[in-house]
Amino acid sequence: MFGYPGLSSPSLQLNEAGKLKHLLTLEGLKQHHIHAILARADQFIDPVSRQLNKQPLLKGKTIVNLFFEASTRTRTTFEIAEKSLGADVINLNVATSATKKGESLLDTIYNLEAMQADMFVVRHAESGAAHFFARHVAPHVHVLNAGDGRHAHPTQGLLDAYTIRHFKGADFSQLRVAIVGDILHSRVARSQIQVLNLLEAEEVRLIAPKTLLPYDASAMGAHCFTDIEAGLKDVDVVITLRMQNERMSSARLPSEQEYFETYGITEERMKLAMPDAIIMHPGPINRGVEIASKVADGAQSVILDQVTFGIAVRMAVMAMIMEGESA
Amino acid sequence: MIATTIKNGRLFDPANKLDTVADIHINHGRIIAVGDAPSDFIAAKTIDATNLLVIPGLIDLSTRLGEPGLEHFTTIAQEGRAAAAGGITSLCVMPDTDPVNDSFAVTELIQRRARQAGTAFVLPVGALTKGLKGEALSEMVAMQREGCIAFSQANTPIVNTQTLFNAFDYAATHNFLMMMRPIDAYLGKDGVAHRGAISSALGLPDIPTATETLAVARLLLLAEETGVRLHLSQLSTARAVDMLADAQARGLPVTGDVAIHNLHLTEFDTADFASFMHVQPPLRSQRDRDALRAGVKAGIINAVCSDHTPLMHDDKLLPFPESVAGISGLESLLPLLLALVREHVLTLEQAITAVTHNPAKLLGINRGNLTVGTPADIALVDLNEDWLFNRHQLLSAGDNTPFHKWPFTGRVKTTLFQGQVTFQS
Repeated sequence: MFGYPGLSSPSLQLNEAGKLKHLLTLEGLKQHHIHAILARADQFIDPVSRQLNKQPLLKGKTIVNLFFEASTRTRTTFEIAEKSLGADVINLNVATSATKKGESLLDTIYNLEAMQADMFVVRHAESGAAHFFARHVAPHVHVLNAGDGRHAHPTQGLLDAYTIRHFKGADFSQLRVAIVGDILHSRVARSQIQVLNLLEAEEVRLIAPKTLLPYDASAMGAHCFTDIEAGLKDVDVVITLRMQNERMSSARLPSEQEYFETYGITEERMKLAMPDAIIMHPGPINRGVEIASKVADGAQSVILDQVTFGIAVRMAVMAMIMEGESA
Repeated sequence: MIATTIKNGRLFDPANKLDTVADIHINHGRIIAVGDAPSDFIAAKTIDATNLLVIPGLIDLSTRLGEPGLEHFTTIAQEGRAAAAGGITSLCVMPDTDPVNDSFAVTELIQRRARQAGTAFVLPVGALTKGLKGEALSEMVAMQREGCIAFSQANTPIVNTQTLFNAFDYAATHNFLMMMRPIDAYLGKDGVAHRGAISSALGLPDIPTATETLAVARLLLLAEETGVRLHLSQLSTARAVDMLADAQARGLPVTGDVAIHNLHLTEFDTADFASFMHVQPPLRSQRDRDALRAGVKAGIINAVCSDHTPLMHDDKLLPFPESVAGISGLESLLPLLLALVREHVLTLEQAITAVTHNPAKLLGINRGNLTVGTPADIALVDLNEDWLFNRHQLLSAGDNTPFHKWPFTGRVKTTLFQGQVTFQS
């Protein structure tokens, strides 16, 4: 489990009152933080009509979506959440601008601070990048990690918890959750594992060939399965991860076909899970690679619910971070 | 040259099994007497060493001193002053300079700068292959004449095994010493952290233990077959220590060293992405660290070095994986060694031997001891002084140290290089 000596992330992302100053990772947060965020998200969406409850809580605040790695979907959901809170939004795709001119990472940050930014929503290709930004921003500026390398994607973990809670209820203690796919390279999986452990899920299983499993899953609070049939047995939630083409070129998998054959989520395999199991995916999905179309579009799929709930969860996180400031 | 007497210090010299309170007399840069002064000797300068430990100046097997290539940042003169502050008087300089030290011209340049600076005995380690590319051999004989003490590939392993075999064979012809860092050319190449609990949890690209053990096996087998003198630089894994012990037990003349930070820090110290903890080889598991400590204690690992790598601010002002690996280590080497003595990990004799007598034997230089007639490279150390290490007070241009604000007991008070005082606190 977590709680390494010398781990400074909790103090880095929490203020003296124990409230969120930044959100860099779910590691180091307490269960009450998660409950508070999910409860707050309830205020921003009607779970039946799926109607967003827009509130201008961040009117006059400037949020910069600072993406060092291209992502249309995540950036868009953040942008909708930001605008639904009344914030002024600036999108900056740094991958194609500043760094090419040789501007250093910190100079980019300092320039944006000088333009009166209140919050950075940061995505970066390297693990630890969000920590780096949080260490170097001005005291009044907040950092929200929208994905750093393989390390963390905390709002994804939170929106998945919100989705599971919606369909399975608030008590996670009887839930078995299987995460299937490229765990090794997945920041999404790491944040999911953390939130599921914080909410005391009965078991978190990681299912993949050995080339895509982390070296030490027990340190992360999860059990590894290389046998998908055994791994899916009686689980309540199945989460599939997107398979990148890169894994073929880097010799971790022979082909998409072979992966689908051995680890793809099919209707047949879903029968191993509990009859009322839900199937989730952080998107965008590769049909016929990690998941069969019939499953993705089937009755057990909650993939599109995740997207909608994600907006409410991101609104909750941003509102709470900004409020922590005045508290 | 000032005739000098160091009075009343506790002379501690493992090479001569010496541990006694006595005076030491220096003239023309050399130790001329220990104990009573020669009858015709008049000291122009006397240094009171009462309650101080008097040891041979340290010999550091792996450093980078900025020249050539980083003159805008630091110089051999400046890093030499940092060495003196750390009680270090002999410095092996790795060949991964810019340009690479793969010719007698670069070797000569380094030697000339070192002579001008006059703060340390600088021993260039030449590149085994031109440009460290692992293709064509460097002109080793010419470089050795100019002062190269050994040859190395720094952090760039030779991919082609035939080329490595030939390089060893050629070096063996001339009895040159190979200082090789064991790294596999591909395994863990993109990694930044030990393959273990922390890299798993943080999602850091990892470096398996096998990158080191594969390379150790390859180097040992080729050394055995070619008969070359092999020294394994900066070991980081328990398994590699076992392999080195096995080779020694079979009678192979192979030695090894470890960087001092790998004797203190572990993978857990990288848990908050602090870029100052980014080093190569990586900080590994506690079990590895303990095995490295035991290896030094048992004499399997013969030497401890700083692997000094002064870096510019921007090199570390980056997310952990993008930051440059390395620690500015000259000024923390001895304090960290003395910390191991205080923790009863090493005896004082074991600790001092690993930075004086053993590296001197390896390099075949008449330094690292207090024998009458040898150059007067001497450090005076207060073993009882408590102090806080401060990265803002380092003499090195590089303030990249993970030991900022570490409390130390034991501090260098005075350093002499060839009889001249080069540092005084």
